[in-house]
Amino acid sequence: MEETKAIIEAIIFASESPLTVDKIREVLHEVEKSEIARLVQDLINEYDERRGGFVLQEVAGGLHFRTRSDLSFWISKLMKAKQSMLTNAAMETLAVIAYKQPVVKSEIDRIRGVDAGSPLKGLLDKKLVRIMGRKDVPGKPIMYGTTKRFLEIFSLKDLSELPTLKELKDLQDGTEPLVTELPISDDSEI
Amino acid sequence: MEYEVKLDIFEGPLDLLLYLIKKNEIDIYDIPIALITEQYLQHIEMMKYLNLDVAGDYLLLASTLIHIKSKMLLPVEEGDAGETEDEPDPRAELVKQLLDYQVFKEAASQLDQRPLLERDIFKRGLSTENGNAGISEDETPMEVSVFALVETFYRVISSMKEPELMEIDVEKLSLTDRINEVMAQLTEKKMLSFVELLQDSSDKRMMLYTFLAILELMKLRMIKVYQASSFGVIRVVLAAEL
Repeated sequence: MEETKAIIEAIIFASESPLTVDKIREVLHEVEKSEIARLVQDLINEYDERRGGFVLQEVAGGLHFRTRSDLSFWISKLMKAKQSMLTNAAMETLAVIAYKQPVVKSEIDRIRGVDAGSPLKGLLDKKLVRIMGRKDVPGKPIMYGTTKRFLEIFSLKDLSELPTLKELKDLQDGTEPLVTELPISDDSEI
Repeated sequence: MEYEVKLDIFEGPLDLLLYLIKKNEIDIYDIPIALITEQYLQHIEMMKYLNLDVAGDYLLLASTLIHIKSKMLLPVEEGDAGETEDEPDPRAELVKQLLDYQVFKEAASQLDQRPLLERDIFKRGLSTENGNAGISEDETPMEVSVFALVETFYRVISSMKEPELMEIDVEKLSLTDRINEVMAQLTEKKMLSFVELLQDSSDKRMMLYTFLAILELMKLRMIKVYQASSFGVIRVVLAAEL
């Protein structure tokens, strides 16, 4: 059992991009999927408890070793960290696409009140956004959606990890969302 | 020739409108249209010589504002008592649009606050080489807007101290020559900052040609012009190098 866990740890470490449980299963096909998931969770907890320089993170549907976010200052001393790779316009466009996907350009334009052509092109170039197909209306406009790379870059497990539009609206109104993060008692996990 | 560009950067007409509403501490559900329209028009007046493409979107909202304003000036018919109640507020649609936009603006800022890969968190195996004058292979700097280039150009040109002498028989300059020179410089040095390229020129005319050459080369996609962050150094590289 310990050996299986070590193998999982090793292949995640060796993998350049987030490794899915299915991929791990391809290596360890005799081990049950649920067992792999359990061992993975074990590993995640171990790294969390250790409070070391890096953690095992669930991102873009896979597992990935990444540095702790509060240590970015030190890493930026070693190598140049990106300040911001997206302009505000691009960030807004990306936000609209992330929440409204699949979405056509005219809808993005309408929400932002301004032509999104240039930020959209930038997002496509950076592979944060992809073409998802064409909408079945006159003119067959292109529909856009976010990519796996978007999840990777923004450290998201999946899209559901984004705050909902309702929660964002509450933030705007200055009213705290009804359910704030209540401390979860330990027995709730059982 | 004094150029002073003082302008908050707005992401679009709705952004400008939201800014005005915040600045005046206005209730978004009860916008004093006359005041806001006036201030809005003042702002686009200032922006007029900027990007015409953007100005189009701004003008559309300006006309919407004026339309709403005129609608609100019209006396409400008081014939049938019930009907006046049903008359929708001419501002309603705009308010809805503003609120929608505000939510996505918040969504964008929330996204930006997330731990970003290669900004806040890192994976293994990134090169620690800072070579190539700040642009690591993996870096995806944002492309510079022409506006940023124009601003820098004016900054350099206005920092030229020496008075310009009127010379009549100066050597003939051609844009083609300057393009070739810029390309030659870039081939040799691999990367130059925009300011370096401009300072290379002896007088304003030369600078102007350099600037035009850079614009032309950008258009031809022979070079790429990058800026790693807002107000950062603008770098010029050969397109083939990337």
